[in-house]
Amino acid sequence: MMDIPFWSREIETAERSRIEQIQLERLRDTIGWALKTNLYRRRLTQVGIGSPDDVKSLADLRRIPFTTKDDLRVSFPKGHLAVGMTDVIRVHSSSGTTGIPTVIYYARQDLDNWTDLLARSIVATGATSSDIFQNMMTYGLFTGGLGLHYGAERVGLTVIPIGGGNTKRQIQVMKDFQTTVVHVTPSYLLHIHSKLGEEGIELKDLALRKAFIGAEPHSENTRRKLQDLMRIDAYNSYGLSELNGPGVAFECVCKKDMHVWEDAFIVEIIDPQTGEVLPDGQEGEVVLTNVVRRATPILRYRTRDLAFLHPQGCDCGRTHRRLSRILGRTDDMLIINGVNVFPSQIEEKIMKIPEVATNYQIHVDKKGALDRLTVKVEIYPKLFLGEVSKLEALKHRIVEELKASITISPGVELHEPGSLPVYEGKAKRVVDERPKD
Amino acid sequence: MKITQISVFLENRKGRLYDVCSLLGAHGVNIRALTIAETESFGVLRIVVDKSEAAIKLLRENQFVANFTDVVAIEVPDQPGGLASILKILSEHDVNIEYMYGFVEKFSDKALLVMRFEDTDFAQQVLAKQKIHVVTEKEIEGL
Repeated sequence: MMDIPFWSREIETAERSRIEQIQLERLRDTIGWALKTNLYRRRLTQVGIGSPDDVKSLADLRRIPFTTKDDLRVSFPKGHLAVGMTDVIRVHSSSGTTGIPTVIYYARQDLDNWTDLLARSIVATGATSSDIFQNMMTYGLFTGGLGLHYGAERVGLTVIPIGGGNTKRQIQVMKDFQTTVVHVTPSYLLHIHSKLGEEGIELKDLALRKAFIGAEPHSENTRRKLQDLMRIDAYNSYGLSELNGPGVAFECVCKKDMHVWEDAFIVEIIDPQTGEVLPDGQEGEVVLTNVVRRATPILRYRTRDLAFLHPQGCDCGRTHRRLSRILGRTDDMLIINGVNVFPSQIEEKIMKIPEVATNYQIHVDKKGALDRLTVKVEIYPKLFLGEVSKLEALKHRIVEELKASITISPGVELHEPGSLPVYEGKAKRVVDERPKD
Repeated sequence: MKITQISVFLENRKGRLYDVCSLLGAHGVNIRALTIAETESFGVLRIVVDKSEAAIKLLRENQFVANFTDVVAIEVPDQPGGLASILKILSEHDVNIEYMYGFVEKFSDKALLVMRFEDTDFAQQVLAKQKIHVVTEKEIEGL
């Protein structure tokens, strides 16, 4: 039996009944906060929940309607905020399905709770205060960078807050500081591996032994490949910005899917068509309720992620149920190198540019280990005056417009009118040629 | 005297230049001068033809994105330093050239160049004053 490390052993190994008791207490508190928001006040009273006391058992959760990303868009900017701005100490936001982003506010205790869940996650993988942690996720409004950053500091790892991109520098820093743990998307770590040779660096020059991988879907084969190539252990991570960010679920040393921290999140798997709650073991849409967040309480959030819960316990002794890796999406969201992109965001921008026609195509493929997004548009004939510089400027403008909305720089291709495929009925705008392994 | 250049937008697709040339050829349009401005993902074909009105109509009917641009065709002495002598005059008069290219054939012992100027009218005044022969549409049709 291997030595199992814990951050909060008591809660991580608590009896099921104890976890449910905590969930119920915290759900009641959360209902109290939710009732202060414009988003939930009417929704809750309509189903007969006018105060925390109206929630008698966890089964009452099912009376509450689901929350969708669109609900958060409609509530923009503060319809879902339960406290005054004086009590808010941080904001994060993620892409909405249109130009309106999804915003989450954090009170001091929200950040404290989130940090603690990440400390718990990091320790569950066996990382310790003697590790050197290079955080390769993007910092900023995206939650991936800052979330792990604070969690790692709390555990006492040496944090290198390098952020995303700049592969040359990443490799140099990994060597200089003898980094032992990285937080990264699987595709970016594969990309780094492919560039080691160019930098004249061999694996023996590095000290890497663990990777926390997340923010994009990947198969077990990809994880194995990553582990074999880099000679490391890779641990899956799950989270979404609406529910704090990373730290919703994390793999332990057993690496057999991710423990959902159930004292902080109530997880349900539903049939995405009917909304019916499914038993453990069945694949469906993940629905999450954060029961420890005050500033932005979110009840029964439909993640659009497809996964299942393992019915049985884990060899590590944790009682918190394990969530499978994400098996798909119920919507058309694209994940490009860990960044979530909705085709509707791209369409909204394209339609506002008079020099291009209304037919367009979104093309996704791989260039080496990384994803590549290309937006193909048709130029509008009347606005073609024969000058290359004008066309280049147009291309540049489209890139900038799209970048402002989706945060990443897509490739843009200009095409002749009528050259992109036209569909009768529902257009097939997205062509995803990334290999499915 | 300005002449008409036709610009055709070409997306980066195999055979697109052939499509333009074979269409024009099949309808008896003769290309007198030609150049391609290329970028990473698309190109712009620039041509001077003997029947420009007919050619652009034909191109547009066949779904090509095409438009007219005013250019000036100039005779240049076909000898070492011939082009430099013209460029010197233009430079001294602050006439900016956006791009230029050569004709496929010549109709005298001089070389023919197509020039696109930032300010076409001003460029023409300078050229006229310096008695540099500017080729007319008629002359091109007669080539």
